[in-house]
Amino acid sequence: MHTMEFTLLVFMGSLLAGFLGSLTGLGGGVVIVPMLTLLFHVDIRYAIGAALVSVIATSSGAAAAYVKEGYSNVRVGMFLEIATTVGALVGAAVALHLHVSVIAIIFGLALIYSAFASLREKSEQKSDVAPDRIATWLRMDSSYPTDKGMTQYHVRGVPLGFALMFGAGVLSGLLGIGSGAVKVLAMDRAMKLPFKVSTTTSNFMIGVTAAASAGIYLSRGYIDPGIAMPVMLGVLGGSLVGARVLAGAKVRSLRLVFAVVIGFLAVEMIYNGFAGKM
Amino acid sequence: MDQIMAVLLRSGVLLAASLVFIGGIIYLSRHDSPAIDYRVFQGEPQELRTVGGILREVAKFHGRGLIQLGLLVLIATPVARVLFSVVAFLYERDWTYVAITMIVLVLLCYSLFGGGL
Repeated sequence: MHTMEFTLLVFMGSLLAGFLGSLTGLGGGVVIVPMLTLLFHVDIRYAIGAALVSVIATSSGAAAAYVKEGYSNVRVGMFLEIATTVGALVGAAVALHLHVSVIAIIFGLALIYSAFASLREKSEQKSDVAPDRIATWLRMDSSYPTDKGMTQYHVRGVPLGFALMFGAGVLSGLLGIGSGAVKVLAMDRAMKLPFKVSTTTSNFMIGVTAAASAGIYLSRGYIDPGIAMPVMLGVLGGSLVGARVLAGAKVRSLRLVFAVVIGFLAVEMIYNGFAGKM
Repeated sequence: MDQIMAVLLRSGVLLAASLVFIGGIIYLSRHDSPAIDYRVFQGEPQELRTVGGILREVAKFHGRGLIQLGLLVLIATPVARVLFSVVAFLYERDWTYVAITMIVLVLLCYSLFGGGL
């Protein structure tokens, strides 16, 4: 394949990945690694490096829109970022020593989980939860805009949320994904934050987590400009278009299709991992 | 405060994308050859791994160096955001969160300049 041809094809694929990722809320990063490894036969280490870069781009771009609306909880985000950055450093360090087949298998499992998580019904309204000692001390309780005006909420389960976030960081550093699904799980389920607050705060954190592991990947020579260039520009462009379309689009069926596609990719990655074809 | 943060994030991403785009054009115009076989992992050459090396490549007007510089700007954008949060918490005299944000900042700088574990 010619350099120009390779660049254009990867760009088109990334554009589609970014578009669908932002429409379905799964993020473009999760499809980039399987696309590069299965379709373009790129070594998984280069693929992870490129995916990480695209994750930072979309997260920062989207976060710029969210901070103004007052949904994300900066205190919760900052506190949990200690866990995710330490996790990301550990994950990136471990990735340097793991065999690529093992990484492919873990990646496949993480893909299956995010596909399932994206289909789960969202618990929109939380029953009023009582204040929590640690959360009160860290002044995490806050309010967010709803149709009934600013609504107060309490934060709970800080230790469990912190532990889950460490896991999300490890996955992010190991696989080059944003692990938004695990982050939302930690905040939505464990810490009882309102769903909208969980997703926007998760988005806010993804960029910082990815930056922590990207530094290590760059210094180890895993980030190749020839691959990262079309991937970053494509995912960023696609997600910007996706965010425009999102307003008023029916995404329920699209999300289902996307989840099925991701499920197939996951199975193929796991198969290739076991067959030693990575 | 939030307004400045939004502008900071947006301009970081925009600057990074422009650098990567320009670098990409230079790279493509000079690499009129069969694509590199990425099936074999070789790792990037030393000059594309460190901040100093990348800057030297940019000075030589190399496309790959310019793309790498754009990616560095992109990685630096969340770091700048955390730095900005330190200042914001200092301004509010919220010492607990100044300390928390500083820890995150140190971890990020360690990853960028420490060269890994």
